[in-house]
Amino acid sequence: MMSANTDFTLAVEELTVSFDGFKAVDNLNFYLDKNELHVVIGPNGAGKTTVLDLICGKTKSTSGSIKFMNKELTKLSEHEIVRAGVGRKFQTPSIYENLTVFENLEVSYPRGRGVFGSLMFKRDAEVENKILEIAKEIMLDHMLETEAALLSHGQKQWLEIGMLLIQDPQLLMLDEPVAGMSVKEREQTAELLNKISAGRSVLVIEHDMEFVAQIAHKVTVLHQGKILASGDMDTVQKDPKVIEVYLGH
Amino acid sequence: MSFMYEKLLGGKNGTVGFVLLATLILVVFPLALDGFRLNLVAKYLTYAFPAISLVLLWGYGGTLSLGQGIFFGLGGYGMAMFLKLEASSPENTAIQSTPGIPDFMDWNQLTALPWFWEPFNSFTFTLLAILIIPSVFAYLIGVAMFKRRVGGVYFAIITQVVSLILTVLIVGQQGYTGGINGITDLRTLHGWDITSDFAKNLFYFITCFLLLAVILMSRFILTSKFGRLLLAMRDKEDRVRFSGYDVANFKIFIFCFSAMISAIGGAMFTLSVGFMSPSFVGIVPSIEMVIFAAVGGRLSLIGAVYGCLLINFGKTAFSESFPELWLFLMGGLFIAVVMFFPNGLAGLWEDHSHHIKKRLGFITSLFSKNDTAAVAPKLEGSN
Repeated sequence: MMSANTDFTLAVEELTVSFDGFKAVDNLNFYLDKNELHVVIGPNGAGKTTVLDLICGKTKSTSGSIKFMNKELTKLSEHEIVRAGVGRKFQTPSIYENLTVFENLEVSYPRGRGVFGSLMFKRDAEVENKILEIAKEIMLDHMLETEAALLSHGQKQWLEIGMLLIQDPQLLMLDEPVAGMSVKEREQTAELLNKISAGRSVLVIEHDMEFVAQIAHKVTVLHQGKILASGDMDTVQKDPKVIEVYLGH
Repeated sequence: MSFMYEKLLGGKNGTVGFVLLATLILVVFPLALDGFRLNLVAKYLTYAFPAISLVLLWGYGGTLSLGQGIFFGLGGYGMAMFLKLEASSPENTAIQSTPGIPDFMDWNQLTALPWFWEPFNSFTFTLLAILIIPSVFAYLIGVAMFKRRVGGVYFAIITQVVSLILTVLIVGQQGYTGGINGITDLRTLHGWDITSDFAKNLFYFITCFLLLAVILMSRFILTSKFGRLLLAMRDKEDRVRFSGYDVANFKIFIFCFSAMISAIGGAMFTLSVGFMSPSFVGIVPSIEMVIFAAVGGRLSLIGAVYGCLLINFGKTAFSESFPELWLFLMGGLFIAVVMFFPNGLAGLWEDHSHHIKKRLGFITSLFSKNDTAAVAPKLEGSN
């Protein structure tokens, strides 16, 4: 029963992936509204990262459907999914260490994406302004010429978020964006996420419950590839099943 | 003008290096060397084409090809086929049982020119074939490998195997290819004697200009967004893919370009040296090309040329006196470069000019304690 066109940014239906018989994601149904900041939590091995892998095309699903703005993603290749408007941040900061902050953002700028386009790509005022704008947003505008390898762990995380923002995706997926950050950096990141969730949907995987409480509009708890509970933070925290498998520890 | 300066020459350092190299090969060598030695240098410089192609493909692209000899050979054989056909005019080959076909075909009982030799009667076709056939071949290999995300050591092994297969094919199909001896006894180009001293000097300068042009084109690629994407892919391929790029296409393009450059070198090799044989196609020459690039510095286009010249001068000098030792020496040099100077000659040069600046800083500055502390261990390391 595949749904017809909907208003959801993302509609995941009956999604299953099995690795040698082990169902990492099992018949998952999941919807994401426009402008919603949704956090997925769950114990290790619950299938959180796998869900992101499936949406962005890194892993191919065994069955089911993933519709992004009514466009089926399961048949598309990775770069086509990105071009459709889905951005994904990896768990460990995934940036180009040999390039400067400016160049990292420039390489991510969504123009000149073909071979010849990239050869003829010109760094014009429009590109420079956009890079500066994003750099300000991710608090790295004073470090544009710094080699990315020299950034702190937190700054690397922000840079990767910036690299996604510059593509202006309609759906932004972040895998543990505050892992390894200091308390202050966490607060700044929470502020950043609240700001960028205006005008787009954001899907976040996170462990840090305090951080989740700061940002989440809606929370889904995943356990053994299935949804255990879903709703606002308070409802989920009071759910006895959730307390048993996850929060109780 | 600023386009020339920034994009083709690569700013101040790039310009200085480029001008120095151009002066060396266009002025110093022709003045200092006799005709015989200059012709040797021309041969060395033709190896610099595949060495530069490896700087792009391996140094920047992170994809090691152990088969650049394939493309060097395809370019060289293309040129040799044209020259051979001209040398095999019916008048020149009147004593053969089938006059008008290359001598080795006659020896192998062929009685007609094979179909794929026919178009090489045309010089225009030959020039196009030299550029296009290797690129198309690289495209096919590239699509088969990169679209399936085969890379790294597997790609190196597969390219090596292809170069081996091509050698075996050339050696085995003697009647069509000239076999192990290659295509020899090339004489004229449009009736113009290519073995004269004048012709050899001219080929030297053509090789130099083509080499400099190839360096400028490669610079253009490296200073464009494409160049930064190459570095980005080498570092975090997945991040590039998930930024909306079809990574395979970029690898295919740089592989095709590297094939085309190598083929130009091969064609100039045939003209400068006067023959082409399978010994410039197979595994050993392909690995030598990698060594040239590694010794010169795999991130330096100009370094690759110096690496090439240095090793080949060394090879000539040593193999005259100790022929049996040369291969060991070259192997040792390669290991030494990989272990101690991963950035090759270019890296040494950068470190060294860095040290000179630091030392000047030490003399002129009263507050240079931190600087010298940092310099001291590095100096030991480079000795």
